[in-house]
Amino acid sequence: MTAAAVMQPASPVRLLAGLGRADRPVSYHDHIGRFGVLPPRRSEQADFGLIELVERSGLLGRGGAGFPTGRKLRAVATGDRRPVLIANGMEGEPVARKDALLLSRVPHLVLDGIVLAARAIGATDGYLCVYGGSPFLPALNHALAQRDQAADGVRIGIEEVPHRYVSSEKSALVNWLEGGAAVPRFSPPSPRERGVDGRPTLIQNVETLAHLAQIARRGPDWFRSVGDRAEPGSLLVTVAGAVARPGVLEVASGTPIGAVLRQAGADPRTLSAVLVGGYFGGWLQVDEALPVPLSHAGLRSVGLGLGAGILVALPAGACGLAETARVAWYLAGESAGQCGPCRNGLPAIAGALSAVAAGQPGSAGAIAAIERWSSLVDGRGACRMPDGAVRFVGSAWRAFATDVARHTRWGPCDGVHHPPVLPVPDPGR
Amino acid sequence: MTTTLAAAASTGSPLWFVTRASALVAFGLLTLTFLLGLLTTGRAAATAPRFVTQALHRNATLLALVLVVVHIASTVLDGFVPVNWLTAVIPFTSGYRTLWVALGTLAFDLAILLTVTSLLRVRIGLKLWRGIHWLAYALWPLALAHYLGTGTDTSANWGLWFAIGSAVLVAGAIAARITAGVLGRPEPPAARPVRGAPVGRPPAFVPSGQSRTQEGWR
Amino acid sequence: MSERLRVNPIGCDAHGLCADLFPEMIKLDEWGYPILDGRDVPEAQLGHARRAVAACPTLALALVPRAAPRAPAPPALRPVPTGRPR
Repeated sequence: MTAAAVMQPASPVRLLAGLGRADRPVSYHDHIGRFGVLPPRRSEQADFGLIELVERSGLLGRGGAGFPTGRKLRAVATGDRRPVLIANGMEGEPVARKDALLLSRVPHLVLDGIVLAARAIGATDGYLCVYGGSPFLPALNHALAQRDQAADGVRIGIEEVPHRYVSSEKSALVNWLEGGAAVPRFSPPSPRERGVDGRPTLIQNVETLAHLAQIARRGPDWFRSVGDRAEPGSLLVTVAGAVARPGVLEVASGTPIGAVLRQAGADPRTLSAVLVGGYFGGWLQVDEALPVPLSHAGLRSVGLGLGAGILVALPAGACGLAETARVAWYLAGESAGQCGPCRNGLPAIAGALSAVAAGQPGSAGAIAAIERWSSLVDGRGACRMPDGAVRFVGSAWRAFATDVARHTRWGPCDGVHHPPVLPVPDPGR
Repeated sequence: MTTTLAAAASTGSPLWFVTRASALVAFGLLTLTFLLGLLTTGRAAATAPRFVTQALHRNATLLALVLVVVHIASTVLDGFVPVNWLTAVIPFTSGYRTLWVALGTLAFDLAILLTVTSLLRVRIGLKLWRGIHWLAYALWPLALAHYLGTGTDTSANWGLWFAIGSAVLVAGAIAARITAGVLGRPEPPAARPVRGAPVGRPPAFVPSGQSRTQEGWR
Repeated sequence: MSERLRVNPIGCDAHGLCADLFPEMIKLDEWGYPILDGRDVPEAQLGHARRAVAACPTLALALVPRAAPRAPAPPALRPVPTGRPR
């Protein structure tokens, strides 16, 4: 480590450093110029030295669950058969843009991460899963072609998966790679033990892999030099909604939500609520949201999760109930339809929520019904999608409590006329 | 041959009666089991509670199997026709009406296979069990053919009518099953997946006719 | 060894035999799907449980050892707000 590196204040911008305004991806040549070439792979055995580096760095998965990456690597590496690596670049949340950004602008950082993670667990096959028709696919294929796969020692295949909210779920990816449909399977055993072809399968978000690529070069201490002590490093946040500069920001973990929103050009006085974590996350009233640190522990303390690092600012003129109802319809339509409680419960909840948002008569009954259906749906499906939907609706209940009371008493507020803030993709894609 | 049998029938060997009686009842039970399987599972409408019809199906089969074993035993022990124990499971080894007895043997083999796999269903898994159970559609016709080909009662009217009646019922049940599958019966409370237009088009949030600023809002 | 009931939600087709045969620990929701009591099956009722497992037309119901993990319990839903607005 040079003296200059020690003297610089730790900047959280690492993955997105030096990207500038251009739309072009960083070429392989520039990438090597900055980071150097990966040494050729020497052995097909697992690399426990690298696993230890990752463990010491304290890297947590950036796909939503926040599981310690090092521990995951070790569990898969010590399985009974040669493992498989799946890099999840699907980004199922409609608001999120961070994975797309990484794959379109710094694909080689992600590909490095795939190679290194595969070497760490002793895998020779890696699958990079993205939605079919993604605009960055040509650039991604081009980037893959530029690499020396023989020296990398890992066969990387890019898999185009049908575009559905549930396709990005772990067992759905494993199902797809085995030639089935991209819908979840019933879990035991978990993909970590018995995934693709019955082999231990490591599934990692592409942002996690990009961090891994930097940790392998710069070391765990460098990674820990920014961010929260318990959950170190930087993380990518997609900011959308009523902000002047929506997009993807890289911030130190533990940064308060208010600071991130201000960085994106938001004026908290004009906001009423913030959606944290996307449609798998939940709402917070704006005053409650501003001081909350963007970390797993911080968000757990207010009953939410970090999810895929998404913040959507709801302006005061919009109606949170209407937004939630619209998204609830979307989620109901995205059900794979395999499990009865989800298939029946989510549309029922969405319908009742719409009735409340519209201030229709019978809303009081609708409220009780939503509560009943939520408890019937929760935890009774093969995947966690309906659990997330129910949690999302439940958080709206709490954050917009006064709006619920007003809608049932006096009908819909003016906010239902506000143009939609939360994006809802067209169904049946 | 027929004259000899008729002569034997008129002298009334008791084991021969056992053979005929057990065969008739077994065939009746087999028809009942087949009808239950056709009409109370899958998309066909069920009237009685499912676990009742499931238990009936199972018990009728087991009882039929017991009676078939009695039928085989009395045939072999009687010695009137040249059939030995091995003929019960290996087809085409009978000296008497080889083809027709063989069909009965095949039916018995299938019955054992279906019963054993059903008793072990939890262990062998759904796909394997279901694949083998389709052979029921072969089992019943084989039993009918054995009945018509070797049954000494079919020369009498009532024996023939029993077979025809059973065949009509079975044909009707199969037709009903196919129709229900094609037309699709009214769905149970668990509806089909909801992907598509009704869910994708969220309803408007504002009912028409309401003035915008209501009392109680800012 | 303690055992509990578990259903494969994908395989389950709401036939309802399980609830008929073991109503002590299996109830049906309003759509016909089973709601399982998550506790260990008492020794005396294991016979009923096994009969229900064998009867399921799609083999979706199973008896599994207590050690088999399920997803962690989700956070409780907040109570519905009532009363006047501010």
